[in-house]
Amino acid sequence: MESAQTKDRIRRIIIYVILIIMAFIMLVPFAWMILTALKTNQEAISVDPFYIFPHNGWHWETFGEVWKSYNFVLLYKNTLLMILFRVICACLTATMAGYAFGRLEFPGRNFLFSLVLIQMMIPSTIFIIPQYLMVSSLGWLNTTAGLVFPGIVTAFGTYLLKTGYQGLPKDLEEAAGIDGCNIGQKFLLIMMPLTRSSMVSLGIFTALFAFKDLMWPMIVCSSVQTTTLAAGLAKAQGQYGSNYPQMMAAAVLAVVPMIVIYVIFQKQFVEGIATSGGKL
Amino acid sequence: MKEKKKMTLRAKKEALWGYAFVAPTMLGLIILNFYPAINTVYQSFCKTGDFGKGNTFVGLANYQKAFADPEIWQSLLNTVKYAVIEVPLGVVIALLLAVFLNNNKLKGVSAFRTIFFLPMVCAPAAVAMVWKWLYNQQFGLFNNILHKNIAWISDPKIAWISVGIIGVWSIIGYNMVLFISGLKEIPGDYYEAASIDGATGINQFFNITVPLLSPTTFFIVQTRVIGALTIFDLMFMVMDKTNAALPKVQSTVYVFYKYTFDQGNKGYGAAIVMILVAFIMLVTVVMQRAEKRFVFYN
Repeated sequence: MESAQTKDRIRRIIIYVILIIMAFIMLVPFAWMILTALKTNQEAISVDPFYIFPHNGWHWETFGEVWKSYNFVLLYKNTLLMILFRVICACLTATMAGYAFGRLEFPGRNFLFSLVLIQMMIPSTIFIIPQYLMVSSLGWLNTTAGLVFPGIVTAFGTYLLKTGYQGLPKDLEEAAGIDGCNIGQKFLLIMMPLTRSSMVSLGIFTALFAFKDLMWPMIVCSSVQTTTLAAGLAKAQGQYGSNYPQMMAAAVLAVVPMIVIYVIFQKQFVEGIATSGGKL
Repeated sequence: MKEKKKMTLRAKKEALWGYAFVAPTMLGLIILNFYPAINTVYQSFCKTGDFGKGNTFVGLANYQKAFADPEIWQSLLNTVKYAVIEVPLGVVIALLLAVFLNNNKLKGVSAFRTIFFLPMVCAPAAVAMVWKWLYNQQFGLFNNILHKNIAWISDPKIAWISVGIIGVWSIIGYNMVLFISGLKEIPGDYYEAASIDGATGINQFFNITVPLLSPTTFFIVQTRVIGALTIFDLMFMVMDKTNAALPKVQSTVYVFYKYTFDQGNKGYGAAIVMILVAFIMLVTVVMQRAEKRFVFYN
């Protein structure tokens, strides 16, 4: 009995040691990013002596400099608008289509849904050239509309919401039918509110995907004034690549908003990713 | 008779609502995805004129050029090499962490989970910038701590491994979260029964966890293989255009981007995408075959 207890304790200690080492490895890049941002460039590129921490003052002013010189106000605004519109469009179109596929009977339903599944299997790289040409001929280059364009509808979200609607009990809808609701009212008043958790998953998934995407904003919004955080960083790296504290300060500014949102809505994030899986 | 007519009217109404509800999504998918997919196929048979204007049909010329181009083959090999690092390491490390964290007796589980998942909410562009600085040959943290002078990202022999490590670091948390939700579905009585029979933790892991988790594992492997084969951001951000190791690291999507948008040769770019998509389809079919053999569904 006692040896089993000691064994259990030793095992737990080993697990803790592994977890702490892994957590340390995961955090080193974040720590180094912040520490570098707070140094002067001389300190950052000093090898002998090598400084882990800034040794003559913590230079918070670098963040202010970067904020101005990289146009962070615009980068935040552009990214936020893109995410907002994409989330609204994706949730709206997907919840409607998901309800129809999951709950309504109509000729051709299975065929149309198979198209949704086929889209999910095609790598999205194949869509990029014609999508770019369309945005360009619509005159939407360097606009929010251009950034939002490929995300107006979502096959994956439709699939996710269809599963959500199918999971709801059948008698709910029948009771509403007796009360004289038509299908539109039933959907809006009864069914849609019940799929809130699937909608939150889709919203988080859409926002994360849009936030992380690099190639599309680089292609359609080449100007610094109209582009997103990710593409803005890529541009900045090309221009100011050798001023390391500035680069790291820019990286901090780019990742901090999403990290704050993640820490606040952690449960929804983790559940959203776990249920949606998806193609991130 | 009257009853039947009433039903068809109701069914008709329902069908109309159905079409109205799927219309935005279906129209969107046709305009944004199906037409573009077909258009890309068509463009791969065309030569893009000067200044990216005008297409002339050239048949298989783009494909002939691509198949004869060692850069394309090398980029496919680079992409596969990246996947060979990212997918197995990302899956195995994430599985171990998930098993450790799926333990109610352990304190601080949620703090560890938060930390491991952190890279998932960061833009790869920012992540790549930080790692590029860590890898810096003169001033980077790694060389300073190791007292070495390793060219992490400009030595063609090791640069692909360095980039792969960034990929593993970025994806562990995502895989781990999926594994944890898979683990929660394994009934606890399996483990209790095994404990009574005297099975050790390691025995339980290989005889219960691994087989019962195999559907989750397969799902993760499949999505990550496709994700890894279309990798772009890391290569683009970490590798400067003048980097000597670039030819040995650049992925196929990177090469696609270079030809299509840097050089404006959309026809050739389209052919490169088609080759990549064909390759991904092939890999998917092979994985589906493997699913039947290795995945355990009860």
